[in-house]
Amino acid sequence: MDYKMKLSAEQQNILAGQKGDTLAKVMETMVRYGELFGADSMIKITSDYNHLVTSFGLKALKPIYELMDRLISCDAVSTQKFSCDPRPVDPNVPANFLEKFVFNKFMYTKQTDYEKQLEKLGLLNKDAFTCTCYMDEVGNTPKKGDILSWSESSAVVYANSVLGARCNRNSGIIDLMGSVVGYVPNFGLLTDQGRKAKWIVEVKTTKKPEAQLLGSAIGMKVMEDVPYIVGLDKWLDNKLDDNAKGYLKDFGAATASNGAVGLYHVEGITPEAVELGKSLIEEDAKTYVIDDAELQRVYDNYPIIWKKKEAKPKICFIGCPHLSLAQLVSWTKRVDQALTKNQLDKVTVPTVFTAAPAVAKKFKTMEEYQILQKRGIILSYICPLMYMNNPICGKVPTITCSNKLRTYTTARYYTESEILDQITGGAK
Amino acid sequence: MKEFKGRVVAEGTASASALVSHNGLNTLASFQAALQFGDKKATCGDQNNPDLYKKEMAGKALCLPRTIGSTTGGLVLYCACSMNRQPACMLFSEPIDSLAAAGAVLADVWLKDSQMPVIDSLGDEFLDYVKDGMTITVKENGVVVVD
Repeated sequence: MDYKMKLSAEQQNILAGQKGDTLAKVMETMVRYGELFGADSMIKITSDYNHLVTSFGLKALKPIYELMDRLISCDAVSTQKFSCDPRPVDPNVPANFLEKFVFNKFMYTKQTDYEKQLEKLGLLNKDAFTCTCYMDEVGNTPKKGDILSWSESSAVVYANSVLGARCNRNSGIIDLMGSVVGYVPNFGLLTDQGRKAKWIVEVKTTKKPEAQLLGSAIGMKVMEDVPYIVGLDKWLDNKLDDNAKGYLKDFGAATASNGAVGLYHVEGITPEAVELGKSLIEEDAKTYVIDDAELQRVYDNYPIIWKKKEAKPKICFIGCPHLSLAQLVSWTKRVDQALTKNQLDKVTVPTVFTAAPAVAKKFKTMEEYQILQKRGIILSYICPLMYMNNPICGKVPTITCSNKLRTYTTARYYTESEILDQITGGAK
Repeated sequence: MKEFKGRVVAEGTASASALVSHNGLNTLASFQAALQFGDKKATCGDQNNPDLYKKEMAGKALCLPRTIGSTTGGLVLYCACSMNRQPACMLFSEPIDSLAAAGAVLADVWLKDSQMPVIDSLGDEFLDYVKDGMTITVKENGVVVVD
């Protein structure tokens, strides 16, 4: 087959099968994928580590495990170590007999085998299962300008926007194949032009906008385009500190799941916006104004797909994407204060905080962890989305302040303050 | 009868009954239950997609603007093809997105027996014109006939 993109001699040799048929097919996959988007070349991955979206040994994905076996048997493994999305089950998270039966005997029957495959392919370590691999405690934090072959939409949008790395919204398997050959096709968010904003979003709210609602509104409006956001910096105290990073993590996940945003710029905050300012905006960019009424409109339009809309919540998940250390501390303090105010000992709805294993490990050395335990909150490394993605858990009235979890499951969304009221007995 | 011309993403010909999604297809939400629970007709499980929810997708000419949702989308599509539960063809009104493109290329490169022609950039008029149940013929060179 003839390709339009320019390939190096090494890439052409791989494609011609000089390093084996399997590697040739991997290169063919990456080149054909890039050609569809007008890639001009294959460029070298420069990040220390990769990140894969597929972390679950779901029985339904048998063809994927066969494909991975083929890669392993031909020694076509990753040239870089990688982290992976969170595990789908955790014995610490409440589940009844039927749910456990479905998880262990029906859905995730391949989990152990799949994790063995991941180890052979290049898994960073046994605790490298999180959607927030970029946290300091986890250690997969790309540098500005690094070229990545990541997937996981929330991680990609964070790496591009907050860290200034360069990565397209890759699918699972494409993520791995990029790091098997060591190159990714040069198009879209890897290029200067592809990182320019087609939308100016003006934030004109009277208070700090809820990150999840703001991200949802922008995602639904701009879809896959890049937005340049003005007026948000003042609500983030004009600096990219731990609080702002946590906010942007949640905001970005909502833009990526309610739309298909892979990169956003926040004026005065994110690295490229600080460096290049309004020169990042395309000449014919459209404008979207967000005020209090617009956020309320977005919130009011979320469908509630519980069978009984007034059902009492049975479980609450906080941490999709996984919570940062600062967020774990902040949430624990807020719950503690609210329970004290309401003269209660423990949360009134079974509540799970989710975080990366490495973040949870550090949190367990802090005094707030004792408070979390005393207040009856469960700390888990689970992926709540994978936990809920089955007909049985889908029927359990679940609440969350994650827009991503709301989007992909039957979980009902509430703002952070509403969730706090719900789980501390303050809800009317 | 109307003819549309798009770009060939995965080669092949097909003739099938149309199934139309006017919003983006969430691949994981649509296919997961079908793959998990052995549903050979690939009944759509996405409650957020009123056009497709509870309709059979396998063997249909799936007409859509784009796919949306989880970055597992490409591998889910690959699995559907490998397990022979894929649509007869996928016809995109917009330029294909990176997740659907991954699924189409993975299936085309790695699966010997699976054939799922994929055409993109058919235009908004295509999606306005085509209705559930119309007969779709995919010819060579990206020509799609809607009857």
